Amino acid sequence: MVWAESVPRVWRERVRKYRLIGGRCPSCGNVTYPHRLVCPFCGYEGLEPIELPRRGKVVTFTVIRHPPRGFEGREPYVIAIVELENGARILAQLTDVRPDEVRVGMEVEGVFRKFREQSSSGIIEYGIKFRPVI
Amino acid sequence: MAGRVYVIGAGATKIGEHWDKSLRELAVEALLAAVKDAGISKREIEALYVGNMMSGQLQGQEHLGALVATWAGIPGVAACKVEAACASGGVAFHQAYLAVASGLYDCVAVVGVEKMTDALPSDVTAALATAEDQEYVVFTGASFVGLNALLYRLYLEKYGVKQENVASFAVHCHKMAVANPYAQFRRAVSLEEVMSSPLIADPIRLLECAPVGDGAAALILCSEGFLKRNPRDEIVEVTGSSVATDVLSVHERKDPLDAAAFRRAVEAAMRMSRVEVNDIDVLEVHDAFTILGVLSLEVTGFAPKGEGSRLVVEGELEPGGKIPTNTLGGLKARGHPVGATGVYQILDVVLQLRGKAGPNQVSEAEIGMAQNFGGVAGTVAVNVLKRVR
Ligand SMILES: [Zn+2]
Repeated sequence: MVWAESVPRVWRERVRKYRLIGGRCPSCGNVTYPHRLVCPFCGYEGLEPIELPRRGKVVTFTVIRHPPRGFEGREPYVIAIVELENGARILAQLTDVRPDEVRVGMEVEGVFRKFREQSSSGIIEYGIKFRPVI
Repeated sequence: MAGRVYVIGAGATKIGEHWDKSLRELAVEALLAAVKDAGISKREIEALYVGNMMSGQLQGQEHLGALVATWAGIPGVAACKVEAACASGGVAFHQAYLAVASGLYDCVAVVGVEKMTDALPSDVTAALATAEDQEYVVFTGASFVGLNALLYRLYLEKYGVKQENVASFAVHCHKMAVANPYAQFRRAVSLEEVMSSPLIADPIRLLECAPVGDGAAALILCSEGFLKRNPRDEIVEVTGSSVATDVLSVHERKDPLDAAAFRRAVEAAMRMSRVEVNDIDVLEVHDAFTILGVLSLEVTGFAPKGEGSRLVVEGELEPGGKIPTNTLGGLKARGHPVGATGVYQILDVVLQLRGKAGPNQVSEAEIGMAQNFGGVAGTVAVNVLKRVR
């Protein structure tokens, strides 16, 4: 067990993960995901929470063939950097797509999906994955 | 004004699958070898820095400072573990440097150690991924190899470089490791073998990745006053030591290929040492994946962007070439016991500067640089050493 199989952690993260809440910096204009207090680029304290757009494009991607604990048996699956419509970048798992269909520049949209289970009797963790725009 | 700092002792275990040795035994073996090499009594050591990343996860063991001091028979010293992901060893060396340069201590030891073969592969994969943001990056299912693969694809697309050229970095490292008695893989591999090895995280193939292994390396650092009381023939001075950090997650960086922390650490270490890029005689780069080795050559200034792999293909990284690099095998073939790697790199530079690097000796090597990355270059430690005549 190297990731925190913790119920309070999942509860604490639920809004940022379920609704894709990022932070916009009024000082330098950068948008980062997830929302946090301090801008990593200019140090401004007091980022504004904003709901990020659910559409974007694949900047780069990889196919995970040897997954870390918690994702065994799901391989191969695709992990990508997605640039959203407002310029914010997010690291995301792609879904509803075969690895050999993924291309740089592909248009994708966010959908609510299951991520992993905290043991067979533990809670299930959810969040946003991205699928090709049809 | 920082005092002068010297490396007077170096020791290491062979890197490999040490089923019969524990983490603490590996650390003690390397530490005692370094003490013996320095020709001092271990009672002279005032402080100990243990570079390690994953002992808490893979051994369920923390508090390595006191543990290693106890098992090495030097309880009483100031001791602690230093963790900065894969840069733990290089950052531990930086702390040891600071301890002597400050004037507080005259003789300190640094030991880097990692014991990876105690755990199942998926647990090692998960433990390595703790170098990244657990809550928002690893949560997606990304592995550490996968994050580097994101960079690799960007690089190949941006510069139109063939993967074969980048992958040649692994061929070079294996060729160099044949002569290194400490190396995990003392055998050559062909480019065909590298390119036909299984995909781990596209486009990264198995033989483009540093292996999983166990090992420990140790160095003894001392002040000018201590050196005068304990003279020795070959003297190596630490002329520059620098650590820098970047925005942790690759996707949050403005340009993922920019390597901001790396540039900052290299510039600071060179300024401190008063050396230029072309003064460097031997180089150790952090080739956990072939792409990182090639990027390092470019960012350090040995090749324009997109052209680092030409140095590899043209043999310029070998002794006698433009910039002899990873002359004892690098992470790929010497091995990459994560928290020990930064110390092994400096040890390899010390061997070259002492003229004790064996068949791959670079003639008249005077200045060497070791570059150690933590995470996807989220932390970078750069150390410059110089032979003193
Ligand atoms: Zn800002």
